[in-house]
Amino acid sequence: MNVVATSVFIFFFLLVTVLGFWASRWKAGDLNSLHQWGLGGRQFGPWVTWFLIGGDLYTAYTVIAVPGLVYALGAYGFFAVPYTVLMYPLAFLLMPRFWNVCAKHGYVTAGDFVLGRYGSKWLELAVAVTGILATMPYIALQLLGMEIVIRGLGFQGEGLMAHVPLTIAFVILALYTYSAGLRAPAVIAFVKDIMVYVFVIAAVIYIPYQLGGFGSMFDGAGKVFEGMVAAGAAASPPKVVNAGLTLTQSQIWPFLTLAVGSTLALFMYPHSLTGVLSANGPKTIRFNMTMLPLYSLILGLIALFGLMGRAAGLDLKNTGDVVPQLFLKFFPDWFVGFSFAAIAIAALVPAAMMSIGAANTFTRNIWRPFVNAQMTDKQESDMAKLISLVVKVGALLIIVGVQTQFALNFQLLGGIIMLQIFPALCFGLFTRKVHGQPLLIGWAVGMLLSVLLIWISRSPAGAIVPMWSSPLGIGLYIGVVTVSANALVSYVLSLVTPNVGTDETMATDYLDAKV
Amino acid sequence: MKYILLAIPCICALAAPYYNVIEPRAFGFPFFYWFNLALIPVSMAFIYVAGKVGGDQ
Repeated sequence: MNVVATSVFIFFFLLVTVLGFWASRWKAGDLNSLHQWGLGGRQFGPWVTWFLIGGDLYTAYTVIAVPGLVYALGAYGFFAVPYTVLMYPLAFLLMPRFWNVCAKHGYVTAGDFVLGRYGSKWLELAVAVTGILATMPYIALQLLGMEIVIRGLGFQGEGLMAHVPLTIAFVILALYTYSAGLRAPAVIAFVKDIMVYVFVIAAVIYIPYQLGGFGSMFDGAGKVFEGMVAAGAAASPPKVVNAGLTLTQSQIWPFLTLAVGSTLALFMYPHSLTGVLSANGPKTIRFNMTMLPLYSLILGLIALFGLMGRAAGLDLKNTGDVVPQLFLKFFPDWFVGFSFAAIAIAALVPAAMMSIGAANTFTRNIWRPFVNAQMTDKQESDMAKLISLVVKVGALLIIVGVQTQFALNFQLLGGIIMLQIFPALCFGLFTRKVHGQPLLIGWAVGMLLSVLLIWISRSPAGAIVPMWSSPLGIGLYIGVVTVSANALVSYVLSLVTPNVGTDETMATDYLDAKV
Repeated sequence: MKYILLAIPCICALAAPYYNVIEPRAFGFPFFYWFNLALIPVSMAFIYVAGKVGGDQ
């Protein structure tokens, strides 16, 4: 084990633990109400929201997986950049309206909105179940990101022992989320972001300098990819390797549709909406949709670590190890400890938000309508606290108990099904032409079609390949195909069937309140 | 106007067949990479202006 790195790592981890428990006193409110525990009291100003949503969307898993994909395939992994460029103009249009209507009617989740807007309990359930199903593997992947850096510290263990550090970290996380609710990730996000910015900027300057400048770093990585393509072509039987400094012809459509699909899905996740709703008003949200792309810039630089790994000649079996291995190769132990701590803390913020988002959703949209319609505020927040623990334990069991591949497959599936609530939300915010029943049918069509396309596109080894080889001869991200079918079915059925739902919202509820 | 301003960075981000090239380079970065990275601050400027002209609608 690397003693210096591990000591620095533990120091920073303890620091955020103290902050996490202290958070319950910060901007104090009655934590026995869901509005306070699960949304932090809808009071976060522009900068707190910026740190919170930034910490929420740009997760530890992103820091590990995006460079991993770039390391594996080159330019294709850079889809994360156009994805995040597309995201904010869209969110700029949708999210202020969403915040306004939710604040007006006291909605805490997407399911609450759907119930109020369409008057359909079953559509509400569909939205809630989709959100929870998609969130579970996402939390598991945060743990996976944490485990990768713990492995990088040189921690060895057999069987269940291998998961001890991760379990300790997660128990701590679970306890302070339980006590402080959304305030905990809001406080920790500050520390996390500053640490991430420091290590990314240091690495992006120092490592290419060691490799002879950016030009030779790109050239070096390009040569490695060319070698991989040549080796594939020379093998018998010849194998087409789609990797390189630019996209191959067959990668363009998958690259674009994956970027678009990821954009539409991101703000549908319960944890993203929780982050948005915790803001103190639509102006704060517009400010954030303008300023959040700064994180994308950092993400773009993080993606370059994958190319640096290639240029530095790392030969890894597990592409997810590229960031830890790159840092171990180039930096002194204390800085490795600092950087790994930043990544681990970057797992805590979204993991806390995701469990809170899922807990709010379960409480408001499954328990209350279907089990106990007469819940008090106190009962609601107690239930949500409990569910936040259950969700985290579930995620931990996925990582400890089953194969990593299962978590990865489940996450890819999650992204595709998360998209299926986009029509309900987007139509709901902008038009009254589309109704609840058709949206529920559209959702079902989207879900079934997703499962079908995933089934026929799976790899021989059983891994999920989220691309469908369409009859047009191009690969398309399955989520984009199925959400299009979903939206089309919802829209057309709404035109030909009468609206049987009730809508408690009014057009002015979606606009900013006049001050 | 607001919609046009918001659409411009999106169209640029989707123009992959056009930015999928190595040359011209900038600071050693192939075009594919520096174009994508440069698009981020450009998109911020467009969103900012869209907010100014669009008001609170």
